[in-house]
Amino acid sequence: MIQINNVSKWYDKFQVLNNCSTVINKGEVVVICGPSGSGKSTLIKTVNALEDFQQGDIIVNGISLSQKGIDLPKLRSRVGMVFQNFELFPHLNISENLVLAQIKVLKRQKTEALERGLKMLNRVGLSTHKNKFPGQLSGGQQQRVAIARALCMDPIIMLFDEPTSALDPEMVGEVLDVIVSLAEEGMTMMCVTHEMGFAKKVSHRVIFMDHGAIIEDLKSADFFGNNKKISPRATEFLSKIIQH
Amino acid sequence: MNLDFSFFTSAVIKSFIFKGLIFSFQLTAVAMIGGMILGTFLALMRLSNKYYLSLPSSFYVNTLRSIPLVMVILWFYLLIPLILKRPIGAELSAFITFTFFQAAYYSEIMRAGILSVSKRQMAAGQALGLTYRQCMSYVVLPQAFRNMLPLFMTQTIILFQDTSLVYAIGAYDLLKGFEIAGRNFNRPVEMYLIAAFLYFVICFSLSKFTKLIHQKIKIIH
Repeated sequence: MIQINNVSKWYDKFQVLNNCSTVINKGEVVVICGPSGSGKSTLIKTVNALEDFQQGDIIVNGISLSQKGIDLPKLRSRVGMVFQNFELFPHLNISENLVLAQIKVLKRQKTEALERGLKMLNRVGLSTHKNKFPGQLSGGQQQRVAIARALCMDPIIMLFDEPTSALDPEMVGEVLDVIVSLAEEGMTMMCVTHEMGFAKKVSHRVIFMDHGAIIEDLKSADFFGNNKKISPRATEFLSKIIQH
Repeated sequence: MNLDFSFFTSAVIKSFIFKGLIFSFQLTAVAMIGGMILGTFLALMRLSNKYYLSLPSSFYVNTLRSIPLVMVILWFYLLIPLILKRPIGAELSAFITFTFFQAAYYSEIMRAGILSVSKRQMAAGQALGLTYRQCMSYVVLPQAFRNMLPLFMTQTIILFQDTSLVYAIGAYDLLKGFEIAGRNFNRPVEMYLIAAFLYFVICFSLSKFTKLIHQKIKIIH
């Protein structure tokens, strides 16, 4: 479904992505981890072209991102993205947040969009909050709304960019629960996260990155199970974050 | 000094003041709406990474902001007829001048407003499939406008006060009404006192009104 082929990216002379390649199959849950500054977020953002790249190619659902003149809005509308800082639209209430792109991008009727929006809101357990504004919700609730907003667009894949990093500890669980239930339904997902317990539980595969390069691309069981299979760098990383 | 306000009757208001008041309000409203629309486009141009859009915009804004309004009023009044090859009258000239002049100021406010909205909001909109234009229209500009509303209204209050500068081209505004009435009744001091009071009441109410609206529509973060 998604092929990342030898992608490299530079900010001026500084290389942020170094020859990254992987394939995400339908229904697969792939967790990307690694130390900060290793290019995890940049890699995930290249998949919906929020970040460009200078070398290589990414193919999303048969469309090559390196081509000129592709319909980016159309492509992005099918790739759901959840950000670290939620990025709900603060001047719109929850319902309006949910229907905006459905109406403007997918050209759905307002009633249809609202129905779909409320269904997704109900799915993340927040249907009573539909008339509130984002600022009136907790961080965890806002992130669940952001997930619902992405789901409204019927995405073929969901990208999560550190979805719980900006949350207070007691709210991490409620957001992860939503992501776990999505995984159980067979949603294809790429998730950048530091929550290793969650990664172990939910992922089929783990990609470990360092200095812009993919160091490990292993089945979850291999990554977490037999430490002999992974590189010293990844072992060190794991031991550091699992310590506490 | 004896002040005598007895001549200031409703008939005086009707025949001298009202006409000027209406014109000042009209001029303020037209220049505000026109200036905000034009100013928004100027701000978007100036923030563009295409130099053929940003350069003309910053040239326009910086030039108009460096010239006193009275001079701009005079220039437009003298220049437009030369370009159009026919006189257009003081009032129409004032409408055009004020709109173009205010656009320069509103554009700087709008630019600050757009920059006050996090870039990540644009990314979030684009990630949902919205185009750049849709992100601007539905996500960034509405927030920019809400954030900058107090500044917009301050600028509009200044604009209302500046309408009195149309004396330079002989248009009949609020202050002119008071001036003529004062001369007619030989009571200029009283008339200017009332004028000052009226300007104060209008501007003060506008600023209180702004606060109220801002409380209503401001973004809760």
